[in-house]
Amino acid sequence: MADGPVAEVLLRQLAAADGGLDSAELAAKLGVEHQAVVGAVKSLQALGEIIEAELRSTKRWELTAEGEEIAREGSHEARVFRSIPPEGLAQSELMRLPSGKVGFSKAMSNKWIRVDKSAADGPRVFRVVDSVEDEVQRRLQLVQGGQAEKLGEKERSELRKRKLLTEVTLKTYWVSKGSAFSTSISKQETELSPEMISSGSWRDRPFKPYNFLAHGVLPDSGHLHPLLKVRTQFRQIFLEMGFTEMPTDNFIESSFWNFDALFQPQQHPARDQHDTFFLRDPAEALQLPMDYVHRVKRTHSQGGYGSQGYKYNWKLEEARKNLLRTHTTSASARALYRLAQKKPFTPAKYFSIDRVFRNETLDATHLAEFHQIEGVVADHGLTLGHLMGVLREFFTKLGITQLRFKPAYNPYTEPSMEVFSYHQGLRKWVEVGNSGIFRPEMLLPMGLPENVSVIAWGLSLERPTMIKYGINNIRELVGHKVNLQMVYDSPLCRLDAEPGPPRTQGTA
Amino acid sequence: MPTVSVKRDLLFRALGRTYTDEEFDELCFEFGLELDEITSEKEIISKEQGNEKAEGASDVVLYKIDVPANRYDLLCLEGLVRGLQVFKERIKAPVYKRVTPNGEIQKLIITEETARIRPYAVAAVLRNIKFTKDRYDSFIELQEKLHQNICRKRALVAIGTHDLDTLSGPFTYTAKRPSDIKFKPLNKTKEYTACELMTIYKTDNHLKHYLHIIENKPLFPVIYDSNGVVLSMPPIINGNHSKITVNTRNVFIECTGTDFTKAKIVLDVIVTMFSEYCENPFMVEAAEVVFPNGKSYIFPELAYRKEIVRADLINKKVGIRETPENIAKLLTRMHLKSEVIGDGNQIEIEIPPTRADVIHACDIVEDAAIAYGYNNIQMALPKTYTIANQFPLNKLTELLRYDMAAAGFTEALTFALCSQEDIADKLGLDISATKAVHISNPKTAEFQVARTTLLPGLLKTIAANRKMPLPLKLFEISDIVVKDSSRDVGARNYRHLCAVYYNKNPGFEIIHGLLDRVMQLLNVPPGEKKGGYVIKASEGAAFFPGRCAEILARGQSIGKLGVLHPDVITKFELTMPCSSLEINIEPFL
Repeated sequence: MADGPVAEVLLRQLAAADGGLDSAELAAKLGVEHQAVVGAVKSLQALGEIIEAELRSTKRWELTAEGEEIAREGSHEARVFRSIPPEGLAQSELMRLPSGKVGFSKAMSNKWIRVDKSAADGPRVFRVVDSVEDEVQRRLQLVQGGQAEKLGEKERSELRKRKLLTEVTLKTYWVSKGSAFSTSISKQETELSPEMISSGSWRDRPFKPYNFLAHGVLPDSGHLHPLLKVRTQFRQIFLEMGFTEMPTDNFIESSFWNFDALFQPQQHPARDQHDTFFLRDPAEALQLPMDYVHRVKRTHSQGGYGSQGYKYNWKLEEARKNLLRTHTTSASARALYRLAQKKPFTPAKYFSIDRVFRNETLDATHLAEFHQIEGVVADHGLTLGHLMGVLREFFTKLGITQLRFKPAYNPYTEPSMEVFSYHQGLRKWVEVGNSGIFRPEMLLPMGLPENVSVIAWGLSLERPTMIKYGINNIRELVGHKVNLQMVYDSPLCRLDAEPGPPRTQGTA
Repeated sequence: MPTVSVKRDLLFRALGRTYTDEEFDELCFEFGLELDEITSEKEIISKEQGNEKAEGASDVVLYKIDVPANRYDLLCLEGLVRGLQVFKERIKAPVYKRVTPNGEIQKLIITEETARIRPYAVAAVLRNIKFTKDRYDSFIELQEKLHQNICRKRALVAIGTHDLDTLSGPFTYTAKRPSDIKFKPLNKTKEYTACELMTIYKTDNHLKHYLHIIENKPLFPVIYDSNGVVLSMPPIINGNHSKITVNTRNVFIECTGTDFTKAKIVLDVIVTMFSEYCENPFMVEAAEVVFPNGKSYIFPELAYRKEIVRADLINKKVGIRETPENIAKLLTRMHLKSEVIGDGNQIEIEIPPTRADVIHACDIVEDAAIAYGYNNIQMALPKTYTIANQFPLNKLTELLRYDMAAAGFTEALTFALCSQEDIADKLGLDISATKAVHISNPKTAEFQVARTTLLPGLLKTIAANRKMPLPLKLFEISDIVVKDSSRDVGARNYRHLCAVYYNKNPGFEIIHGLLDRVMQLLNVPPGEKKGGYVIKASEGAAFFPGRCAEILARGQSIGKLGVLHPDVITKFELTMPCSSLEINIEPFL
């Protein structure tokens, strides 16, 4: 049978009742705690339409513990009065009685007693009247008997002020028959068990319904970092487009590969201490491809390959300076140089995604290290139109379809174009990448054939990720100050799917 | 990218029409500029110093325009207007001419003392110029922009402009001991020696940035006129005597520097921009500069160079099909006067002195593409057929990352740069034992070295997430860097896998189990047989004594695992026991 005897009794009473019954009254009738009846109501409710229960709240006056004591033994003042014999009592002695202090002053103001301060052995208290009516006790007994309404508002509030009476709100249920009312309810099973399956008893048993509004229990699991989930997607996109991954596992680079090979002059502001981390140890590169270095030197200082050059005094020691690479284009330069050494020339498509380092001022969106995404295509006769075409395909895979291109300046690409996309949220065009065709002054000294063009583009990994996951401070995403809850809660990364609202919770 | 600030109404007056902000933004975008901000002096001051200070400041609308770093000809209102007007075919590009004066040519004589400090100088004269307040401000501002950009904060080139009528040539550019140089500098009322000036300017917010250029040299560069009046002490300050004002009619310009090419470019830019306001517009009076070897040169160079580029090359590089005539027109709109010559496919392009950025045919190709309109170019996909390959180390990393997460560990992403303390002191090691590469110019201790281990990053990640429920199980697979003299740069990366377990109990068995799982994934069997892996009791400063083991696999040591030393835990501001595992995964490629 369901949920104990109280529920059974309740159902039987309800069957006999006319219309319904009150949970508090039933509790009083059965002599059980009201809470036990409430429990029965709730468990019956969970079974469906057997009963209906309406929550009602009623206010009631109850005695406090002190109030009950007074109802039983009389008010403090009455007790004081009674304890004084006709010959009187020393005040000091009276005060030692349990009701002494409170009762004395009340009895004084009721003019039941008086004090003789001139008595020989200290002040003495005497009765003034012969007998007293204990009105306080009488009133409290009325309340105790459930007849609080017989007291006036003023009388009740006076007793409440004396903390003898208190008003309580009682939540009761008005219980009536439900559409599937029945007095006989068999106990519902909570879960299917192996025994039920083997005995087949599950066929005859009712099962307790599940609460589908409750949350499930999250599985214990490990989680991948959101930025690196986005990295995986970018790798996937490049691989889908037939691009081969370049090695980029060399954070330390020489100025030569990071700048000079890219035809970035030695006085270029990017080569300033303010922008680049240089190394104290090892301060200089040990080996450089000297043949190639000489061609680079000549191109910078005198020109050649159709170029005027920068016409300055190119210094080898400047090229030897080691640094933390400021872009992965240094790795692209190495890859293109290796490609140039392979004869005959074979077209290539390369990509990389890895860390780069800048000695920059840090703020909410800039860190000293970030990830750069770079794509490169080397082939005969590539045009600016090809660059734009590849960019269109690439960004389409990211879910970005509205693109436009702005002329720009990069030291190692010419023509150069910044890529803008229309941001629906911000309602404006925002820069999403930078691109261009590598300068002949960079490619020809490497030994690439003259009619080979190399188109390239780059973007940061962090920016699209921050937009994707709705993160405003880069430190919440990258570095040790990451919010692990955010990592735990982050959804799958599907770049071409509509971005959902960020799901991070509990970041406090 | 330099930002040029111009008064909107002045700009529109010069352009001969008005634009809405959106229209002007669009024009900028097309031309390769960026309308960065629309503001006013009042707004700028109130933003930087508060509303009170802004009281009474001008609320004339300012356009802040980002200019490509190589376009020195667009660094002032005059240049921007000229560029846009030619682009929109409203005017023809002016022709800049150097003219020899009827009277005596101004002469600047360089003495050999300058050789070791600032050997080059060039000069020119703007004759009968008419300034207004706005023109004068623009003239000063252009010099400042040039100083900040092509001049590399005056290190390569410094510009001095003087009221020629207060001076008498010939001028001498020499170098002297600082104590021997004494003059009244710009906007000061008394004379100071160069030594005194170097002290005074230490607290000058503007000039203090340039002092280092000459500070410790025995001789300072200085220019005198024939009466011994100091024109300037480059690259620091001009003399007050020859100070130019709105009323100055004849301007003597000198540029000194360490880069001759850039000095010539800077001079060309100034005179081409501001000769517009001379009685004979775009005519620049020549000056003669005599070098210590006795050779004399006439400046400004104002050289026009001719390049011949085939039209089909431009078509091929851009991906368009335009007639040679049209291409010539496009280029002319970009300030590169062009015409079709020879067989009808060749275009002769004249590169003016304002376009020092054009050094190769590819620069001409870009200008043709800009004039054509980048967004009008037909997109196409290259026919390049290639088979994609992953970099094997990254492929292995990707696979392992997924299985580390499947094993219940969460991925961290920590910085490759950190403090010496992180990789040494906090792990109980001496920095010299780490083989770490050291950064020479870190702005803070966070960037002193490249990490030699992934462990500190993971421990710092835990420290920042102490409020999270235990246990914390983290991993990272990323690169560390150590010195290696067998590599061309003297250093190399290693791909490490690191994991930590942080809980009320050390959980060595969990980290050990993770190692077993990783080895299972890498198909490395347990046991000392060839190709297998074992762990052997070992010790390490970072580990609790007796709770550290070395991991040997495929015959070599690949890392360590163990329970971290309480000192390490405390130094990383942690409170619970912690076990860790760190291995090099490169042997498993």
